[in-house]
Amino acid sequence: MAKKTPEINATSTADIAFLLLVFFLATTTMNVDSGLFRRLPPYQPDVEQNPPKYAKRNILQVLVNRNNQLAINGELADVSTLKDRTIEFITNPANREDLPAKEIKTIELFGPVEVSKGIVSLQSDKGTSYEMYIAVQDQLTAAYNEMRNNKANEKWGKNFNELSPEQQEAVKDVIPMAISEAEPKSIGGKK
Amino acid sequence: MAKFKKDGKKETPAISTASLPDIVFMLLFFFMVSTTMREVSLMVANAMPQANETVKLEKKSLVSNIYVGKPTDSYQGAYGTEPRIQLNDKFATVGELQAFIVSERDARKEEDRNSITNNLKIDRNVTMGIITDIKQELRKANSLRVNYGSTKRPTK
Repeated sequence: MAKKTPEINATSTADIAFLLLVFFLATTTMNVDSGLFRRLPPYQPDVEQNPPKYAKRNILQVLVNRNNQLAINGELADVSTLKDRTIEFITNPANREDLPAKEIKTIELFGPVEVSKGIVSLQSDKGTSYEMYIAVQDQLTAAYNEMRNNKANEKWGKNFNELSPEQQEAVKDVIPMAISEAEPKSIGGKK
Repeated sequence: MAKFKKDGKKETPAISTASLPDIVFMLLFFFMVSTTMREVSLMVANAMPQANETVKLEKKSLVSNIYVGKPTDSYQGAYGTEPRIQLNDKFATVGELQAFIVSERDARKEEDRNSITNNLKIDRNVTMGIITDIKQELRKANSLRVNYGSTKRPTK
């Protein structure tokens, strides 16, 4: 005669699962890392001693001093104006003589287009706070993102983020992010 | 006429709790998938600055973290209050960065070695001097992908 196996009491599985749940809640973190992505230029000691020369009109000089003050082309300015200044500088809508030159390049999906030669030269002091530096970088990123969005809308009627990877690459070629960072100076004092 | 018969107090059957473990397991799996293990215990202050244009870091396994900040209260006695670099679980100097990059590279698969992103988690009160030194070391180690850690500013 087959004996019926008694059913295993499963009431405590819930408790065990709760225990595991609490353990994972305590040891893990939810936050996603976010930030501003940049690609550093490769290390070339010989280039650093003899930096390449660029025409003055092609350079937007952004200086941040140790008191966290910002100067654009030698004039004191507020951080919030940097984005518009950058966009005006790079796009050069009126083709002014003192703003960057443009060269015609043939880019896939676009054909021949005008690519600005403008470079943003960012110079910070050793005493500049990281918060200020990020604020400046944020403004520059915003400027480039807006220009790329405009370009994408003009061409495909979509925002940059909605484009396919190939299209994004093409837009990046039309509006290359040209931010050059000079070695920080240590003017006036330590650190 | 139909008769409705009420047979007194009927006992409510006990709610079955047999599915409770399943529900809890579901929660458990959700949290296991959506969260990450806390890898290091922070020894430096790490209040990251805020920015508007942040992007999320993809591929957690290809990120190596570099923390910079003022040592926390319990370490200030031994390490002072100047900003320090923390790699994994210990304080490091700028000179040790290259060795760190090499070891991070060795820990990854061959095909992933060039796509490691250095996540610079830097306290907002740190000055640029040490940061530039770090960037210079990263360039020398040819590890050029950098993420300036910052949190998204809440939209007004």
